[in-house]
Amino acid sequence: MFDDFFIRAIVAGVGIALVTGPLGCFVVWRRLSFFGDTLAHSALLGVLISISLDVNVSLTIFIVSSLVAMLLLRLEKTTNLAGDSLLGLISHSSLAIGLVILGFLSFIRFDVMGVLFGDILSVNTNDLLIIWIGGALILLVLWYIWKPLFASTVNYELAEAEGMRPERVNAIFTVLLAALIAISIKMIGVLLITGLLIIPTAMARNLSNNPKQMVILSVIGGLLSVFIGLYTSFEINTASGPTIVVVALILFILSLTRITKNTHDLKK
Amino acid sequence: MSNNEVLVKVSNAGLYKNGKWLVKNVSLNINRGKIVTLIGPNGSGKTTTAKIALGLYKNIEGSVERLTNKISYVPQKVSIDWTLPVRVLDFMILTQDLEEKEITDALILTGVEELIHSNLRDLSGGEFQRVLLARAIAKKPELLVLDEPVQGVDFTGEVALYALIKKISETLKCGILLISHDLHVVMSATDHVVCLNGHVCCSGSPVDVAQNKEYKELFGEKSSQLLSIYEHEHDHVHSSDGKIVKDIN
Repeated sequence: MFDDFFIRAIVAGVGIALVTGPLGCFVVWRRLSFFGDTLAHSALLGVLISISLDVNVSLTIFIVSSLVAMLLLRLEKTTNLAGDSLLGLISHSSLAIGLVILGFLSFIRFDVMGVLFGDILSVNTNDLLIIWIGGALILLVLWYIWKPLFASTVNYELAEAEGMRPERVNAIFTVLLAALIAISIKMIGVLLITGLLIIPTAMARNLSNNPKQMVILSVIGGLLSVFIGLYTSFEINTASGPTIVVVALILFILSLTRITKNTHDLKK
Repeated sequence: MSNNEVLVKVSNAGLYKNGKWLVKNVSLNINRGKIVTLIGPNGSGKTTTAKIALGLYKNIEGSVERLTNKISYVPQKVSIDWTLPVRVLDFMILTQDLEEKEITDALILTGVEELIHSNLRDLSGGEFQRVLLARAIAKKPELLVLDEPVQGVDFTGEVALYALIKKISETLKCGILLISHDLHVVMSATDHVVCLNGHVCCSGSPVDVAQNKEYKELFGEKSSQLLSIYEHEHDHVHSSDGKIVKDIN
């Protein structure tokens, strides 16, 4: 069944959309989209390290992105630089360092475009295993920390005062983000993974009035983007990652009609 | 379990941040079944002191001992971002698991049971405060920290909510740390007043504080009289021997 590359792509995409939905909600709620970008950019560094040292790609990305996440959390406390400047600093330096290292690796045939934008054709059965097992683990941990994470998202100090240990769950959450990036780079690419994280979620926000509903709708939005995006990319021969994100964007625009209607109702 | 059991013991606590002391040398105890009120002008460190008592600061001078984990907190300001759709129902179970009845009972107590399915962002300031208070008491805490819990609530509501807070401290036997600007209303329900202005100006029973010189300097002669009048009423309500009694029991 997994012989057909289209089937493999769909299975991979579904696995990733199931994870990006709930994680994406927290990224949007906590205003972490630039943070997600930074982790994703550092993934290029991870890819190159894994090629140089000939070790597992996903594992290397996971380790590099987690380290970058921890570094960020630390720097946020110790420097006076504003959060977004700090993120820009880390994000673009890691991307630049990755591209410079790439120059030294000229002896290796390496598809940069594949890392930046995803290469669905290269997804093999092994990748499917990584996506589904990794994805299941991410969701399991997220399920476990849901309550304290959500509480600290609504109000950090309230959560801390009432014993929810927000600092710990925040750190765990960033590691989950790093893990998601590690399993999804091959499919969607370094530059676009944040798009899949936040666009279906933004769509879901327009259509929902409570957190659980928003999570479910953003999963549905992600799945639709993957199905329609992959199908279109094969039909009209476009890159899979960007096509998926474009479909997500179209769904978001459609969801805006609903919200204008709601605002209108309120005014009446 | 004695009624006077200490729940939080703050000893000589201070917080130094960005080149100045936000508060210094603050000591206070919160006992089970008692209401401690923090008063003081803007920027006098009331909220900081409450957060110190809650253990929200890592680098403080002095020490804080918390002898309970069942804590509810009503922060001074809670803002809900548009991206986060939260109904009152979702907010009630934010840090706790509650039965449906516990949720509605708490909302009925603060008079907002009809808002249970409303979105938090659609509430008025006063309604939001009532929801915050309902959430805090639904948990049946042993320690309740209230940072200006009735801001934006209309006057009749204010009086009713302070009466409710008083009732909660008696029925739940919990200790309450209350921050308030409404001197005249609050004092009638308070067991112990701590007057802050970067440090503890004075503390004691409401009537003692009202007679204190530093308090009069901070709030003016008028507020002192105001306080005494209310203390007098308090006296009649809560004590049989005609004296101001710190310990109601």
